[in-house]
Amino acid sequence: MADAPPDATRIASEARDRVRFEEEALALSDQVYRVARHQANSRDDADELVQETYARAFRSWRSYQPGTNLRAWLLRILTNLNIDRGRRSQRAPQMQPLEANDYFLYDKLAESDGGRGDEERVVERLSQDDIVSALSAVPHDFRDVIVLVDIGDFSYQDAAQILDIPIGTVMSRLHRGRRILKRELAESVVEDAS
Amino acid sequence: MKGVHDDPCSHCEEMMQPYLDHVLSDAEMAEAEMHLDECEWCRRRYRFEESLRRYVRQAVSEPMPIELKQKLAALRIPLS
Repeated sequence: MADAPPDATRIASEARDRVRFEEEALALSDQVYRVARHQANSRDDADELVQETYARAFRSWRSYQPGTNLRAWLLRILTNLNIDRGRRSQRAPQMQPLEANDYFLYDKLAESDGGRGDEERVVERLSQDDIVSALSAVPHDFRDVIVLVDIGDFSYQDAAQILDIPIGTVMSRLHRGRRILKRELAESVVEDAS
Repeated sequence: MKGVHDDPCSHCEEMMQPYLDHVLSDAEMAEAEMHLDECEWCRRRYRFEESLRRYVRQAVSEPMPIELKQKLAALRIPLS
């Protein structure tokens, strides 16, 4: 049998690579959506953002380097698109005073729990709505790192690359963002009780 | 003296989030675990912080709509 012309071999091999890339990217769509849902302001925005991300990823698949972190690559596209859409500015977030210790949410919940001491049950006093609203009340710059690290399971390093910020900034925003989230949750406990 | 802090519970509080993020060094990890092992006050807070993370993650993880999944598949570039 005659060998295929070199061009045909190259085209076939590229088509195989592209199909593999698309399949691998689609297999990550649940995880991409999970992050998009909280980076965007609404469910509709998240839907649109994910579609734009995949449309761009499929067009520029050649710029992805096989063997590197595809999930982080997709989320970098998503983050850039979100910034391009003017969803948020890149200026430094406003600083607000925070509680002095990290356990104020525990103290608040445990105190109103009558000190029964079942820590796993104490969190259940927070409703799903309380948590979703508290997270959406966290300013974008802080929320983005919480969503990537605590919900998306990304490392500090990956989050730094995705958001294009230094790793030290990821750590400080995470620290502050978690405190803001807890403060919002603590406020929802007070509101529920009143 | 190395490893001894004036207030071990405050030190444990500082290490709590990095501990849950698995970014402490082996020595710091061992130090945190040793303290958690012997201090009920910190252990309760550790259990709470760990549950809170899991609980938040579950509460905000919304499944992707099936229609969106189909739309994404339709964005694939057809083989020419």
